[in-house]
Amino acid sequence: MSNTAKTLAVASAVAAALAAQGTTATAQSKEKCYGVSLAGQNDCAAGPGTTCAGTSTVDYQGNAWTLVDTGTCSEIDLPDMADGTEREGSLEPLQRDLPA
Amino acid sequence: MTAGTGSFAHALLHPNVTLPEGLTDGNGQPAGRRLNVLRNNVASSLGEALRNGFPVVTKLLGTENMKAIAALYLRAYPPRSPVLSAYGTDLPEFLAGLSQLSHLGYLPDIARLELALRASYHAADAPALDPSRLTDLSPQDLTESTLSFAPSLRLVRSRWPVHAIWLRNTQHDAPKPVAEPQDVLITRREFDPVPHLLPRGGADWIAAISKGQSLGDALDVAQTTAPDFDPASTLAILLRDNALTSLTLKDQRL
Repeated sequence: MSNTAKTLAVASAVAAALAAQGTTATAQSKEKCYGVSLAGQNDCAAGPGTTCAGTSTVDYQGNAWTLVDTGTCSEIDLPDMADGTEREGSLEPLQRDLPA
Repeated sequence: MTAGTGSFAHALLHPNVTLPEGLTDGNGQPAGRRLNVLRNNVASSLGEALRNGFPVVTKLLGTENMKAIAALYLRAYPPRSPVLSAYGTDLPEFLAGLSQLSHLGYLPDIARLELALRASYHAADAPALDPSRLTDLSPQDLTESTLSFAPSLRLVRSRWPVHAIWLRNTQHDAPKPVAEPQDVLITRREFDPVPHLLPRGGADWIAAISKGQSLGDALDVAQTTAPDFDPASTLAILLRDNALTSLTLKDQRL
């Protein structure tokens, strides 16, 4: 792109972006009285802690779970894999962390 | 128990490991049951942190599956920091390495998106650039200017429709995702991060600007891959969401 064309493109993009602010910049200001962390929620985990059967080895077992499709897992339109085979679930048990 | 910290931490995360020597209760008896209580608390709180930090991954997998994966993850990647809100940064790679999940190729990128949203949430505040700084400049000066971004800005690039998948699983009436690559810009106007779908070329443009390239050079970079790219809509998001913090003219740079 020539320098003139580029200068024009940048200037008109900035002008358009600024013009868009005229209609959206009045978005209402919000206030929240909390600010807890998403992942933290660092309270004592009373439920799990108090039942305390100990950490059973089931927690652990790589072969103990099956995949249930929820959400879009099964709905999303997926491209085939590199070798041309269709992408779909073939679930095999984990070969790690099996109970002794 | 000076010698015990390492082995205690190991025993804490591995239920089959025998009780570390010297770990006794008030009566001098081996404190096996007490250790089990602690084991359960540690595993349960870390698992809960992962489910809270990755709500869409959890929804896609189902809560029970996520619990099982969390149980594996927290042993493979125990916390490196006492800050629980920072836990889970290795989950995308971990998910990518699980052969059982290889049919969900997009899952690691969804985890990356959720991590980026969380990082944006916790990022520092910064005063926004006054938009009039842009109006005062000549087209030539604008083209040669550089911009800096707020600390809460994040960019997530994916060959999967991550924005559509995220939307589908967080909003009621979002359309079904179609297979296409999507790049996501995360901004935080005030308190809550928002993921925006970028037009083709938008991610290249943002990346070039964040590397310190001028608006004109960034446009060149973006139009190399997307000849039709127009920065107006992306710039409008940046302005509206207070994602720009400063503008530097060419002759102010060294």
